Amino acid sequence: MEHIPILKMGEFLLVSIQVDMHDRLAMTLQEDLTERIVKARARGVLIDISSLDVVDSFIGRMLGHIAAMSRILDAETVVVGMRPAVAITLVELGLSLPGIRTALNVEKGMDLLRKASRQNHRESGGHRVPAQG
Amino acid sequence: MKPKPNSNLGHILSEQESGILNDWMTLQRSAGTRRADLINDAELHRQSKEFLSAFRQGVSSGKLDDIHAGDWAAARDIVADIARNRVRMGFTPSETATFIFSLKEPLFRAIDGDGMKDELWTITTLLDKLGLFTTEVYQKSREEIIQKQQREVLELSTPVVKLWDGILALPLIGTLDSERTQVVMESLLQSIVETGAGIAIIDITGVPTVDTLVAQHLLKTVAAARLMGAECIISGIRPQIAATIVHLGVELGAVITKATLADAFSLALKRTGQTIQRGRQDSAQEAGRGTYSDS
Amino acid sequence: MSLLRAETMPVRSDSDVVQVRQHVRAWAVEQGFGLVDQTKIVTAASELARNALVYGGGGTVRLEALNDGMRKGLRLTFEDHGPGIADLEMAMKDGYTTGTGLGLGLSGAKRLSNEFELHSTLGEGTRVTITRWK
Repeated sequence: MEHIPILKMGEFLLVSIQVDMHDRLAMTLQEDLTERIVKARARGVLIDISSLDVVDSFIGRMLGHIAAMSRILDAETVVVGMRPAVAITLVELGLSLPGIRTALNVEKGMDLLRKASRQNHRESGGHRVPAQG
Repeated sequence: MKPKPNSNLGHILSEQESGILNDWMTLQRSAGTRRADLINDAELHRQSKEFLSAFRQGVSSGKLDDIHAGDWAAARDIVADIARNRVRMGFTPSETATFIFSLKEPLFRAIDGDGMKDELWTITTLLDKLGLFTTEVYQKSREEIIQKQQREVLELSTPVVKLWDGILALPLIGTLDSERTQVVMESLLQSIVETGAGIAIIDITGVPTVDTLVAQHLLKTVAAARLMGAECIISGIRPQIAATIVHLGVELGAVITKATLADAFSLALKRTGQTIQRGRQDSAQEAGRGTYSDS
Repeated sequence: MSLLRAETMPVRSDSDVVQVRQHVRAWAVEQGFGLVDQTKIVTAASELARNALVYGGGGTVRLEALNDGMRKGLRLTFEDHGPGIADLEMAMKDGYTTGTGLGLGLSGAKRLSNEFELHSTLGEGTRVTITRWK
């Protein structure tokens, strides 16, 4: 079975979706990410969709689920690299991706994640032990 | 032995070409569709002669049922040229097609005689196809003109400007129609991606009126930019436009609007965590000493 | 109006949906659609293909490249022999879903297309036709 690779960058997970995913692959990604967030005790997830030339309601829902699940697991999600044609189409489609933070590119996305996780850390006032994985 | 159908046609056309041409010119001159205002007699004669010759060439190639066959290529090119010339002269597609169809009468007269039913039919169908072909040529050249103009419009109306680090401005000028707005907005979003700018200011100071469609396109652009991870500020909303927006019931929602580009810029700086500080002012006199005199 | 080219594809699996997206993209490019128009019709196709698969139990999509003399277009007809749609009006409402989707499939596809037609008979199946013109 295929899996989309998930990279670990410090306390963050990075996913770059490079293929036109069929629905099952998207579901697999969702499961894999959830597992990895727990295993790595990640503080944030960055999803790079700059290679996607289509985002339909299924992918939109997947992204929303990932963001919601991450939040429950105390991690932030940022989606980066959305193409203009995709953004225009999503607006027309009526898909607003609520609860999902976006940034123009990986660099800005990482900035956003660092800021957000710092804020989280301060609020929770605890000492997080980053795990292997 | 029964003669091959249509074997006479090519023969007749060659033999009687000048006679047919004269006949045709006489008919055209007296027709109600003459359009002497668009084409003079000499030019009409030249076009008619050219077409008749092309027609003869095509017929003599032997292929009488398909004007898109290779044998008709030369003839087709001549017909296409005539059609394009007529576009430039200002003829309508119908007028050009009628010009082609009008060759039927002189040709029918030329082949007058018994047992020429096949030839009659061939002439009719061939000229019908050629007439319709001119309409296609017409449409194609119109399409090319439109595409060229569209490209020019695109170049003229995509003035995305970098105001500062991470801040873009799109000063729109003139009346916006739905199509132009879409083109311009797509170009803005593309610039946002290319420059990585977090804020884009859409300034409509130079836009006299905004209708619902344009307002909707603007809002959709702001929404699309937000989805991508950038913010848009709309500035330069004049009182009349503000009134129109309210009157049309367009919901601006969470869209940030500012009266002037300056205000929008100021806000954009704050949002991107930048400030402009006043430094030591250079003396203008110092800079210009010895370079010019007023008297 | 002339039909330049037509092709029917199966929509019976996940990977079929991917194939449909890719074919529609290729046809849209061939018809000369701009990038945004391409994306719109591919996205609409994705929604409808998934509907046919998930709610219709699988079906087919017919792609037709059109030319009406003035402009080129692309018509897609999704057909399934599933249970059909009980309430057409509700089905077209944003957010309404009988499954786990976002409920934007039909209404979204309509917004992304220039022409939209929906026929459904309970117990027999559903047919959705969308057309986008250049």
